[in-house]
Amino acid sequence: MYQWDFGSLWTYRWLFVQGLGVTAAFTVAIVVIGLLVGLAAGLAKLSHVAPLRWLSNAYIEVFRCTPLLVQLVWFYYALPILAGIEISAVGASVLALSLYGGSFYAEIIRGGIVSIDRGQGEAAAALGMTPAQSLRRIILPQALKRMVPPLMNQSIIQFKNTSLVSVLAVPDLLYQGQVAAHDSYRPLEIYTLVAVLYFAALYPLTWIVRRGEQRLATSD
Amino acid sequence: MTDVSGRAKIEIAHLAKSFGTQAVLKDVSLAVPAGGVVALIGPSGSGKSTLLRCINLLVVPDAGEVRVGDDAFRFGAGTKLPGTKALARFRAGTGMVFQHFNLFPHLTALQNVMEGPVTVQRLPKAEAEARARALLAKVGLADKAEQYPSRLSGGQKQRVAIARALAMEPEVMLFDEATSALDPELVGEVLSVMRALAADGMTMVIVTHEIAFAREVADRVVFLRDGVVVEEGPARTLIDAPQHPDTQAFLAHFHRRGEAPAA
Ligand SMILES: Nc1ncnc2c1ncn2[C@@H]1O[C@H](COP(=O)(O)OP(=O)(O)OP(=O)(O)O)[C@@H](O)[C@H]1O
Ligand SMILES: [Mg+2]
Repeated sequence: MYQWDFGSLWTYRWLFVQGLGVTAAFTVAIVVIGLLVGLAAGLAKLSHVAPLRWLSNAYIEVFRCTPLLVQLVWFYYALPILAGIEISAVGASVLALSLYGGSFYAEIIRGGIVSIDRGQGEAAAALGMTPAQSLRRIILPQALKRMVPPLMNQSIIQFKNTSLVSVLAVPDLLYQGQVAAHDSYRPLEIYTLVAVLYFAALYPLTWIVRRGEQRLATSD
Repeated sequence: MTDVSGRAKIEIAHLAKSFGTQAVLKDVSLAVPAGGVVALIGPSGSGKSTLLRCINLLVVPDAGEVRVGDDAFRFGAGTKLPGTKALARFRAGTGMVFQHFNLFPHLTALQNVMEGPVTVQRLPKAEAEARARALLAKVGLADKAEQYPSRLSGGQKQRVAIARALAMEPEVMLFDEATSALDPELVGEVLSVMRALAADGMTMVIVTHEIAFAREVADRVVFLRDGVVVEEGPARTLIDAPQHPDTQAFLAHFHRRGEAPAA
């Protein structure tokens, strides 16, 4: 029977705190950038300008249909050579994760907008609103309500996806766990703790999303 | 009645519109004098809604001319399509009421009515609110100002929608089957608001199946079939004594004093 010894992990507490901080910062960054990219791509996909639609479609399909781990590695090793630029592990990670998330956000945002009854846009246009005013004042406020639960779900997945950046030696929670595991020869305790920390951070979030979904289901 | 320059308020000339290969409007012309009320009648699919939506350019015609007040647009080969800004400015001067109300569900009745003045005309909030409250009172809904549309009956929704359109102080009002989605007992309250508007001198184009209402309120009736104006004339004359066999056949579907269609 394995003798668990969680007490010895106390030495590494700051490592875990730092790791969790990096993971949280990464999540915030890639969610914010991803949402902006997703909004742009989602709107482009609804544009009257055909090349914009093609571009957005190509972006969405490329990022949805390749594994995130491959994207991370590609952005770190291949992109710098192709583009002739230097890119840090953090830069490559933020770029790949944001673009990956953005491709999913784009579909959610586009779907939310087209789910709004056509009559809403027509009523706005009949009042004399420009398409931009109609989008901002009438369509998006309604669409947002429907988009929030799936966007939150996707963001939770993004939170988990940040653990992949450890392969590029970005010091996130999992990477710091690996460091501690090598140092302590206590991988069972370490990786169990890492899993528990992810769970403790994510479970409340999923609970909030579920509550939000229920509230939306009861209102209109 | 005509305006100072002797022109009609609304003038549609040689309008054509196709959806794909289907020609929905074929060389339709129509003039409505200031303060005039024109009822558009015709069978389903005859192009009534499309014609109405061409008047505020919610549907952009393939060819022809559309003029409302001083704003005129010409369509067809060799003409440039109006930009979104020009279209928006034009539409701000025409009010439209839809069959399914199309109220903004995330806004209260008051906010629905304020939305146009605030967003489009950039009216200060307080002024827009005063105007909106006055209009809600005019349509008999002063006490429903703070309600969301989901809490209103169909007839109340449609009256808010009329107030919302009036808040832009439009030159003309367009009604597309404003009472068709309503329970029979709620039709009257909406018709009476429309009747009052007509009496106030509003220039109106009304697509309706309420033949008795058209006969009573409209000055002229236009019978449309297959995208063509088949017959047009003074409301009473056309409804009581239609000349064209198609008009006769269409009106025969309605009861004598013409309420709901028989079939
Ligand atoms: N956006 C559109 N795209 C394609 N076809 C359309 C569109 N709008 C209308 N049509 C077609 O044009 C024809 C005329 O439609 P319209 O709505 O103007 O008729 P209507 O006289 O208002 O009929 P109803 O009494 O049923 O409302 C119909 O055959 C309809 O299917
Ligand atoms: Mg119609």
